[in-house]
Amino acid sequence: MYNGGKIIAGLVIFFGLLTVPFFINAVKPTSGANPSIDTPVINSLDTKECVKPADYMRIEHMKVLDEWRDEVVRDGDRKTIHVGGKDFQKSLQNGCMECHSNKKQFCDECHKYAGVKPYCWSCHFVKEEGRI
Amino acid sequence: MGILFSLLIVVGLAVVALVGASMGHGMQMFFGVIVPYVSLAIFIVAGINKVVKWGRTPVPFQIPTTCGQQKSLPWIKHSPIENPNDTWGVVRRMALEVLLFRSLFRNLKTEINDGKLSYGSEKLLWLAGLAFHVSFFTVVLRHLRFFITPVPAFINITDSLDGFMQVGAPHLLLTGVILVAATAFLLYRRIGMAQIKHISLPADYFPLFLIIGIALSGIVMRYVTKVDIVKVKELTMGLLSFSFTVPSGIGVVFFIHVFLISTLLAYFPFSKLMHLGGVFLSPTRNMPNNSREKRHINPWNDTFGTEVHTYAHYEDAFREKMKDAGLPVEKE
Repeated sequence: MYNGGKIIAGLVIFFGLLTVPFFINAVKPTSGANPSIDTPVINSLDTKECVKPADYMRIEHMKVLDEWRDEVVRDGDRKTIHVGGKDFQKSLQNGCMECHSNKKQFCDECHKYAGVKPYCWSCHFVKEEGRI
Repeated sequence: MGILFSLLIVVGLAVVALVGASMGHGMQMFFGVIVPYVSLAIFIVAGINKVVKWGRTPVPFQIPTTCGQQKSLPWIKHSPIENPNDTWGVVRRMALEVLLFRSLFRNLKTEINDGKLSYGSEKLLWLAGLAFHVSFFTVVLRHLRFFITPVPAFINITDSLDGFMQVGAPHLLLTGVILVAATAFLLYRRIGMAQIKHISLPADYFPLFLIIGIALSGIVMRYVTKVDIVKVKELTMGLLSFSFTVPSGIGVVFFIHVFLISTLLAYFPFSKLMHLGGVFLSPTRNMPNNSREKRHINPWNDTFGTEVHTYAHYEDAFREKMKDAGLPVEKE
């Protein structure tokens, strides 16, 4: 091969970078995300039910929050959501986080795992943690 | 013809993945685990094979393309990037070529205006080409969040910068928009401009449709019919640790996306897309213009035992005829 040294170095760099995730994972195997619903409020509920089924919420919760934000902030529509004999406020802090008060074990668990950085927390904060 | 043919193949591939992934866990295993492994293996083996093949090809002459003043006498200003005479100059020129598509920037359009041939500046192809490559690279970089745990900070920063307009939730990523817009323009060139359409082949349309298909399936998956990305990451991390798991309930769009990407990877080494490696191995780009400093010896002179036909031999053979014709000769 002509200029073999340079060509092989180039190939090693390119395919090395391409397969870097394999090596990282071999050195440091990781576990998945396990969001916890173990909070005092949820534990005290008879029927553990959210505004929508869990499968839907897992995928579409950001859409629900986005719609609520628009309805409340832009249209002033603060009607509560009535599901299974319970009223839910259309609010992240006063609605969702009334039950899901464990941001670290609930929200952050999947967000960190999947590299999602929602900008909810540039305004909202967790009551227990105070303003960040 | 080529357009429709290529489009139908890409649509066909998407339908195959759609039908397959809807058939249950066994087929999801096939499309989510086996196909990606096979295509990555093809990409690596065939890609290396192609580069090695190129590397073994001798370059008989020193043939850099130049568009500036060659290194010459000290009082003549040398243009080191346009006409490099050493490795450092070649590296700088190559870096600008790879990162900024410098030679494409000089692209001209040729037109006949009022019966006269005229040349004009044509920057749109350069702009769209660069926009496409940069956004595609950023998209690939962002996808590392599915392949590394914990997600490194630079990937989170890339994602934040990409979505800095903070439109909607999940936030709109600009590179997705630019990727689709740029590929749409590149496709328009080949369909809407008569001259370009004339020289376009299925090998030109197919990768374009394929990349558009990949981009659209990804965009649909993010904004429209969403998939469970935690499960997606469980699958990708499973691929990396060779523990073949396909969590149930991911959503079929994901399998379309992965199948199209697998097709792209497997097709890559055999297509024009290999310019990824080829740009570094182009003799007209990677050779310094130093023919006056260093003698370039044709590599196959010795290999094939080629007899060197020097001027002295030539004159020996034709001396009498040259004399008759009145040509000067070195030996009487």
